[in-house]
Amino acid sequence: MFAKIGLFTLGGGYAMLPLMERELVGKYLSKEDFLDITAVAQSAPGIMAINVAILTGHRLYGVAGACWAALGAAVPSFIIILLIALFFRSFAENPLVQRIFKGVRPAVVALIMVPVFTLSKSAGVTRKTVWICVAVALAVWLAELSPVYVVLLAVIGGIIYGKMKGRSV
Amino acid sequence: MIYLQLFFTFFKIGLFNFGGGYAMISFLQNEVVYKQAWLSTAEFTDIVAISQGTPGPVGINLATYTGYTASGSVWGAAVSTLAVCLPSLLLLILAGKFLFATRQKYHVAWHLLRLTVIGLIAAAALTLCNGENFIDYKSVLLCAGAFVAVWKYKRGPVSVLLVSGLVGLLLY
Repeated sequence: MFAKIGLFTLGGGYAMLPLMERELVGKYLSKEDFLDITAVAQSAPGIMAINVAILTGHRLYGVAGACWAALGAAVPSFIIILLIALFFRSFAENPLVQRIFKGVRPAVVALIMVPVFTLSKSAGVTRKTVWICVAVALAVWLAELSPVYVVLLAVIGGIIYGKMKGRSV
Repeated sequence: MIYLQLFFTFFKIGLFNFGGGYAMISFLQNEVVYKQAWLSTAEFTDIVAISQGTPGPVGINLATYTGYTASGSVWGAAVSTLAVCLPSLLLLILAGKFLFATRQKYHVAWHLLRLTVIGLIAAAALTLCNGENFIDYKSVLLCAGAFVAVWKYKRGPVSVLLVSGLVGLLLY
């Protein structure tokens, strides 16, 4: 269980979902269960892949299953990253490595910029709602407001606004 | 004490990070680079690059690497990784059923949260646009090229990072 869940998480991000589906559906979960679990995993805080592992483990083997599944999903990348970190520390001062990272850094910025635009489509950003994204970006970027407060505000505001809208209809 | 600080920082991130690995960059930046000043922007960018280019959930990679670099020890990495997973574990075991049931009821809040996440990711990208990462016009061109490769030609992070590293090696 531990090893299996650990192995199939070798993928990264949303690209991992189809891989998880192939491993889990049929053997452990029904298709509906899997869709349910991924939906909740996406709407709960934390790391999505870990959330899927926790929910699957919990459904199959209870609390112990949830703990083992989380551990299993985290440990392989933990070990890989630790090895890289140990390795990278001794090479970070190397001029060759420094030249490489001078090229990599601007590319990382581009990698983070792209999902802003791709997610905008699926999140239903319109002319009326785009100000929310812009306001959040400016508050966190220029005013260095903690994202924690922004998320709290969005949750509380969303619940109140949802209730108000529900009443007026 | 650094381990306790790491634990609380990553527990907080695990609790409030809705929206996956990219949004987590914004949380980490605020806590680790701005508030605690454990890492410089350039060091942080390198960590993001390595976390994206290696297998495994980006959030785990970021927690492990940041924990290790900030504390200089394997224990720091372990504490951070554990702390970032712990809120989900507690929340999903205790309130998993509740979350399944309330997803529909609070759809306005979820919608707002998704818009917020986009803003957070944009802020993460903008905060990384400073003199440490953009040293000259060549960096700007590299960033634009990588953007086109990912956006238009749907290249994955691994190939983009490899090519940009090679370009960096040739240019600098």
